[in-house]
Amino acid sequence: MVSIVVCVKAVPDPEKADEIRIDPVTKALPRQDVPLVINPLDRNALEAALQFKEGGKVHITVVSMGPPPAGKVVKECLALGADEGILLSDPAFAGADAYATAFTLAKAIQKLDKTDCILCGRASSDGATEWVGPELATFLGIPVVTMVREFVATGDERWKVKADLADGYRLVEVEMPAVFTVTKDLNTPRTLRYSGIIKARKKGITTWGLDELDVSESSVGLKGSPTVMSDLTYVERKSTCQFIEGTLEEKADFLIQKMMEVGVL
Amino acid sequence: MSRGSTNSVWVIAEGIGGRIPGVCLELIGKARTLGDTLGGEVGVLLLGYGIQEQVDELFHAGADVVYLGDSPVYEKYQPEIFTETIVPLSKEVQPQIILLGSTFMGREQAPLIAARLGTGLTAHCIDLIINEEGILEQKIPAYGGMMTIVCPEKRPQMATVTQGVFPMPDLDMSRSGKIIPVEPPEGLRTRVETLKVVRKKPEGVPLESAPVVIAGGAGAGCAEGWQEIEDLAKTLNAAVGSTRPAVDEGWTELETMIGQSGKMVHPEFYIAVGISGDMQHMVGISGAKAMVAVNNDPQAPVFEQVDYGIVADCREFIPILLRKLREKGDL
Ligand SMILES: Cc1cc2nc3c(=O)[nH]c(=O)nc-3n(C[C@H](O)[C@H](O)[C@H](O)COP(=O)(O)OP(=O)(O)OC[C@H]3O[C@@H](n4cnc5c(N)ncnc54)[C@H](O)[C@@H]3O)c2cc1C
Ligand SMILES: Nc1ncnc2c1ncn2[C@@H]1O[C@H](COP(=O)(O)O)[C@@H](O)[C@H]1O
Repeated sequence: MVSIVVCVKAVPDPEKADEIRIDPVTKALPRQDVPLVINPLDRNALEAALQFKEGGKVHITVVSMGPPPAGKVVKECLALGADEGILLSDPAFAGADAYATAFTLAKAIQKLDKTDCILCGRASSDGATEWVGPELATFLGIPVVTMVREFVATGDERWKVKADLADGYRLVEVEMPAVFTVTKDLNTPRTLRYSGIIKARKKGITTWGLDELDVSESSVGLKGSPTVMSDLTYVERKSTCQFIEGTLEEKADFLIQKMMEVGVL
Repeated sequence: MSRGSTNSVWVIAEGIGGRIPGVCLELIGKARTLGDTLGGEVGVLLLGYGIQEQVDELFHAGADVVYLGDSPVYEKYQPEIFTETIVPLSKEVQPQIILLGSTFMGREQAPLIAARLGTGLTAHCIDLIINEEGILEQKIPAYGGMMTIVCPEKRPQMATVTQGVFPMPDLDMSRSGKIIPVEPPEGLRTRVETLKVVRKKPEGVPLESAPVVIAGGAGAGCAEGWQEIEDLAKTLNAAVGSTRPAVDEGWTELETMIGQSGKMVHPEFYIAVGISGDMQHMVGISGAKAMVAVNNDPQAPVFEQVDYGIVADCREFIPILLRKLREKGDL
């Protein structure tokens, strides 16, 4: 049995996330009820695990750190085919930066019986640091390959993968267990099916907090984060825009004229 | 500490393939300013093979010390060998600040180094300032505003920056400095190995240096709408840029994304098609002589950030513009 862990982050729905913005008058961040969804690239990570499962005996554990509503996202992963879901949730975990997030995920993964492979998304849509995968690998003391676009050879103790580079890729051989962060090009994630939802009803999710992870409060959440936000300021925009009036034809003529004036046409 | 000072500012440069990327020189320019403010020296760590000749350029850009690892083991990017070279050296010299370019290597190396050093790391900064307390303020756009991130206690303070955020420094040909040789780690059992690197010749006009950029966003609506934007770019011999939703939709590749977590562009002429004007995208464009937005919503924030506004449905407007340009070309 191969044990795969998929790290899934519950993120504000990217289609609505832009609604969360500072108020130009109060300069504060208003509370917004944007629904949480699976981080888009974590769908690719989960899909990779599900495809491994189609090819052999694989146990998939989804691990997610987030507030209680993130449980819904873990449930969705179960409905998509994951075997086990663990939600890391505790008020003490709040405000974690990438470092504290990776640390907490590592503590949870170390609690599992055995892990052969860990899959993450390349980036989260709301944090987008790309740090959690490599930092997680460091805390676990195992290797990492970031931006994986293809699993070339798996199954042995050393896997071969293709990872993105500017204008190309690198072929990397890595000793397992390892962490991989995956890109969108890896696969096309499946969508939810009714049968999966029914099956997932029987699977419960486990919640672990500070006590279960046996970590000190000062090593997680905001307290365990080396970086903090010190300020958030509203940026005034000066509007000097000249709106072009007229028919679409006239607007097109104007644009062509402008490009000639600037000397790019 | 036997070398350097704790006020030193470091840049991790790359010499992969014998060429130092422009972003490293830009960062050395910035490190110079930060180092002068802190009263510390600028150290550059350069790992590669056959790169000896390029060291002078680092001094010209502002480096005081170059830690040079010139060895066949550094010829390709090997994550563990690089980390095991950089981490011990950093523990020894204890720089205040370490900057890396948001290159493919930098984006993997930075978190590996930061986690090993037990310190914080800020992604894709668009500005770096030393505040009154001598702490590095790292600026990133967020929630329609500007966020400041600090790493108040842990050292070094680490950040990655994309090419084009900071200007190329003026090279001072009279500057030189000290070279300190760096030896590869001994007896390291590596578990990750880059077997080969495959590069294809990039197609079209490179986005970062294109004089005209046509950027498309969610407003393109569908793959067909996106194709019209690509056609327009082709007709104008322009580079295609994008926003994150366009990449998420699969209309275009991540390589075309402009902004905070994408590329920085400096075109003479920039056209935003179906883009709302979110800061995270707009910080990626600077120095344009003229900026135009095509958007069907006259209230779209993009209009507050461009010179000329065209309120139109891009699916109607772009084909008309294309036809007119082609007619003009035929003349
Ligand atoms: C940490 C982080 C990092 C990010 N980094 C980046 C980055 O590097 N680059 C980036 O681009 N984004 C980035 N984003 C995402 C960013 O916040 C915005 O979500 C994104 O830039 C919005 O893209 P858009 O303007 O295409 O889409 P939208 O905001 O959805 O805007 C679409 C626009 O199209 C207009 N429109 C619709 N239909 C038409 C039509 N038929 N004709 C004309 N106009 C039409 C609409 O009026 C609207 O203004 C990041 C987000 C986060 C949280
Ligand atoms: N809170 C979290 N819980 C579980 N996985 C996470 C969490 N945050 C980040 N990750 C994983 O790390 C990847 C990169 O996230 P980031 O470093 O925020 O860009 C994501 O795609 C997830 O796989």
